[in-house]
Amino acid sequence: MSARPAPLWLTAGVVPLVNVAVAFLAAGLVIALIGENPLEALQIMLRGALGSQYGLGYTLYYTTSFIFTGLAVAVAFHAGHFNIGGEGQALMGGLGAALVALSLPFLPWPILLPLCVLGAALAGAAWVLIPAYLQAYRGSHIVITTIMFNFLAATLLVYLLVGPMKMAGSMAPETAKFVPGATLPLMNQMAAWFGLTLTRTPLNLSFVFAILAAITVWVLIWRTRLGYAIRTVGANPDAAVYAGISPARITVIALLISGGLAGLMATNEILGVQGRLINEFTAGAGFVGIAVALMGRGHPFGIVLAALLFGVLYQGGAELAFDKPKITREMIIVIQGFVILFAGALEMMFADRIAALYQRFAGQPVSA
Amino acid sequence: MSEAFQIILLAVDSAIRLSVPLLFACLAGLYSERAGVVDIGLEGKMLIGAFAAGATASLVPNPWMGLLAAVLASVLFALVHGFASITQRGNQIVAGVAINVLASGLTAILGNAWFNQGGRTPQLPSGARFNEIVLPFAESARAIPVFGAIYAEVISGHSVLVYGALALVPLTWFILYRTRWGLRLRAVGENPAAVDTAGLSVTALRYSAVIMAGILCGFGGAYLAIAQSAGFITDMTAGKGFIALAALIFAKWRPVPALGACFLFGLLDAVALRIQGVSFPGIGQVPVQAIQALPYLLTVVLLAGFIGKATPPKAVGVPYLKDRS
Repeated sequence: MSARPAPLWLTAGVVPLVNVAVAFLAAGLVIALIGENPLEALQIMLRGALGSQYGLGYTLYYTTSFIFTGLAVAVAFHAGHFNIGGEGQALMGGLGAALVALSLPFLPWPILLPLCVLGAALAGAAWVLIPAYLQAYRGSHIVITTIMFNFLAATLLVYLLVGPMKMAGSMAPETAKFVPGATLPLMNQMAAWFGLTLTRTPLNLSFVFAILAAITVWVLIWRTRLGYAIRTVGANPDAAVYAGISPARITVIALLISGGLAGLMATNEILGVQGRLINEFTAGAGFVGIAVALMGRGHPFGIVLAALLFGVLYQGGAELAFDKPKITREMIIVIQGFVILFAGALEMMFADRIAALYQRFAGQPVSA
Repeated sequence: MSEAFQIILLAVDSAIRLSVPLLFACLAGLYSERAGVVDIGLEGKMLIGAFAAGATASLVPNPWMGLLAAVLASVLFALVHGFASITQRGNQIVAGVAINVLASGLTAILGNAWFNQGGRTPQLPSGARFNEIVLPFAESARAIPVFGAIYAEVISGHSVLVYGALALVPLTWFILYRTRWGLRLRAVGENPAAVDTAGLSVTALRYSAVIMAGILCGFGGAYLAIAQSAGFITDMTAGKGFIALAALIFAKWRPVPALGACFLFGLLDAVALRIQGVSFPGIGQVPVQAIQALPYLLTVVLLAGFIGKATPPKAVGVPYLKDRS
């Protein structure tokens, strides 16, 4: 009797949901361990993240960054590589945007703004170029090189922000303010153009970019020749060679796209909110991207949902830390860790059991 | 004694102190990776170890209890890593990332909830720490030119964990290259199928290596929290686990070069601390960040294969699947 694949709703729906549920259960145990009520915490989080226009704005603002970094990890995953350097690439994206904004302030905004966005993407891609080349042509493991490049990016940025790029007269490690033409409009400003009134939150135009990026990645991966090549290389590089695809070339291209997406994360924080380059502005978004990509199973639709969930966690977590001082913001990092563990490293732990359960009811042998 | 000599002695002394946590973590990674399990969770295991050591030593003012707690906590995390990568055959890198993220979150939140000091553990009294040991005759030896100063400044005056870390290097060499377990460990990282054919358990060997990594990361964490400092502070490891990983690659997964690599990176750290604001004749000020970036830069250059080739154990990162149906 031959096993046939389990239905999609089971592998792409039930299994990830169970994994994420277990991760949240584990996080709930941690909350109970420090003497708070997990259900009450959940309630405060949800109300804080979704209960008001203000909360929702912040939630979607966090979501924006996570969509970019999640997509970045996912595109590399499809090519069979683990780009753990999203953090560094996003930092460099900020640098790219800042260099354009600060060196070409005289340009009119319809030219300057697209150039700033492009600068972010190109700088992010440039930061992964060396690791990608070394992986593709010299076999140096991308995980190690991108970890090293994360640290290099962080030290480079500190050097620039306390030295050459520091705003004169400021004590903080930051550049001068960009001209208004180099910054993205906030969502409440854009709503005002149409006569709508929204609460002022950091949510800005880059949220629209993020959704467009998700759609573009979906089209790229599943509807283009390049996407097919990327998935082929990811599934079986040897087979790709027989199909006339160069795994080395595709590796570099996929990782450049990945780095570019990570770089675009800076459009949210630097062009959208700060309007200047600051230190450590990524605040771990590159690592959240790993959890988001794993949770979303590499599919842009799943990634947008997972990014939204992490947006809720980040905004709700801030409210929670305010209401319950014992549950600090690091609770989000704990949940993130459990999600990476259960939805990533242990993703098959429950899959077999769920498949067996399904088999009992469906009466057909399936393989998870 | 010339001033330059004194400066060198002090630099070497602080390099030793700074390289010890790297050495523990580096040797931890060595056991794990020689057995075929990639370990990017060194940072997280050290961090949870440091937290356990700081927390325990603040409750039971005995450094050995702190060390024990550090080892237990770190081994627990190592077992999670092992369960995911060996038993469940999950992605070893993802498992390592999970360990790092969990450790960073848990230490902060538990530390804050239990001690109410913003994530720190209480300041430890001297009796709860591993104190510096002055070796016999250190003071009287100062009279002997050159050697006396080296003995008193560099060799003497470290905590027991420092001497332990140094002793671990020849010990690891012996274990890896002169014992049956070491041979099997290396074999399981190169060709697990052959080990399996010989009737040995790949799973048991890999678990033993992962547990060994947990023990050593616990030592590294304990050193940070209760030897070098007097308590745990948030994100105490600050990337040392990753520098150790770089040192492991730099040493090409061998114990004696690991000592050299860790010492080199420790020395760079010591130099970076010292040259802040110092102006050199002809060069001017060297940015601290340039020196801090060197370990990462050197590792990338080495990995690129331009100055010798770093070849990892063949089966590293590949889960072993017994049946091939």
